[in-house]
Amino acid sequence: MTAPATALKHTVQNGAAEAIHVENLHKNFGKLHVLKGVSLSARDGEVIAIIGGSGSGKSTLLRCINCLENPTSGIIRVNGEEIKLKADSHGHTVPADRKQIERIRSKLGMVFQNFNLWSHMTLIENVIEVPVHVLGVKRDVAIGEAEKLLARVGLAEKRDVYPAYLSGGQQQRAAIARALAINPRVMLFDEPTSALDPELVGEVLKVIGDLAREGRTMVLVTHEMKFAREVATHVVYLHNGLVEEEGPPEQIFGAPKSERLKQFLRNVG
Amino acid sequence: MFGASSLELLSFEPPNGRGLSLLHGLANSVGIAFGSFGVGLLIGVGGAYGKLYGGPVVRDLLEVYTTVVRAVPELVLILLLYFAGTDLINQLLTALGYAAIDINGVVAGIGVLGVVQGAYSTEVLRGAIRAVPQGQIEAARAYGMPPGLLLRRITLPAMLPFAIPGLANLWLIATKDTALLAIVGVNELTQTTRTAAGATKAYFTFFMAAGALYLVLTLVSNVVIGRVERWARRGMPSIAGSH
Repeated sequence: MTAPATALKHTVQNGAAEAIHVENLHKNFGKLHVLKGVSLSARDGEVIAIIGGSGSGKSTLLRCINCLENPTSGIIRVNGEEIKLKADSHGHTVPADRKQIERIRSKLGMVFQNFNLWSHMTLIENVIEVPVHVLGVKRDVAIGEAEKLLARVGLAEKRDVYPAYLSGGQQQRAAIARALAINPRVMLFDEPTSALDPELVGEVLKVIGDLAREGRTMVLVTHEMKFAREVATHVVYLHNGLVEEEGPPEQIFGAPKSERLKQFLRNVG
Repeated sequence: MFGASSLELLSFEPPNGRGLSLLHGLANSVGIAFGSFGVGLLIGVGGAYGKLYGGPVVRDLLEVYTTVVRAVPELVLILLLYFAGTDLINQLLTALGYAAIDINGVVAGIGVLGVVQGAYSTEVLRGAIRAVPQGQIEAARAYGMPPGLLLRRITLPAMLPFAIPGLANLWLIATKDTALLAIVGVNELTQTTRTAAGATKAYFTFFMAAGALYLVLTLVSNVVIGRVERWARRGMPSIAGSH
């Protein structure tokens, strides 16, 4: 990779709207304090990479954005709409309005570490499931879109195959097509290549990289430092539930200030 | 004992032939088995969901239900629910100022066996739902699926391969449990066989015939179950082929 990393990136408009806004987020699992006041912002067109060691809270942070984990306290705004939270009878914070959280979730394209494709559906059925049954898109329209998306991730000829018959890389590419099918405002990636055999990582990163370059807003939790440096517009380094350092990738990877980040980069590099 | 007279007794020609009444009994048995299995499935889906996701009160009540029903012999439950159940309904009707009704044996049988099947179904489905990879349910939630849609589109079809063996057993048990309803006089296969055998004294002939009909029912069931299982496991590679 000899080309300067910045050449691969589109430029984010300065006045772009904020797609995701996280403010002073705390998350406890019982006595374990996983997030200790994290703030994060993603404007339209930005690619935010969240990096950090195991147990730093990076996946939890991502999963709080669509309330797969309920934050203990803090503010989350998606498309400018604040997620309403309330305390349940056990004192846990839960979404106050189920309809609101479902509406917000249907705008966020989540891609999981373990793909989580629906095993009783073929790839095309997986991709049209949410458009048809949640968003109310007509079935034939959804199928047309899904075919385009599967072709785009290189799986056109696998449309009628069940996920269990595919490699991890193919499954993850199909999962990305499923996420794109809802026409998401933001794509959320939760360590999308961590469960893959090394030789399958490249094909998935290529698809994600293409999405980044076409200006999709993304929040990406990853262990692939080289990739984060290539595609991210902003990198957040989490340590022990706090943002230890953040900034443009050139700064984070080229001239890290914090001792912990330097050590982390030495260990993973 | 076998011979022209046996064949004549089993023929469909009245007055001597009682084949039709046996078939009528079989039809009732199949109907009761089908109905009670279906009622049991509905109770089972609700019960499994309640046990997995319900509050403490719901969970405790369901635990009492499944424990009691699975602890007491079916025959005792049938006697209890059939007589006490119909009595209760009629007392309720009289108290509300309606005339007492004669409850149809088939309907009562479906109700009683349905309650029994429901307890076993609850446990089969609870185990099957727990076997669904959690990530698939999480993915559905992450895309904004409301709970009812998630149950219908993801949880139930995904748990089916794990539930089929247990449910197949329950179906076969349901077909045979219908015979217990003979004790309360429901006109199913065993009861019609008893009547025919008692009237003609040809016990061996009629009970052999009834046994053959139960066997046919099981064989047909096995074919259907095999197809349903293949369909339910459509997304899963066969175990034999995975080596």
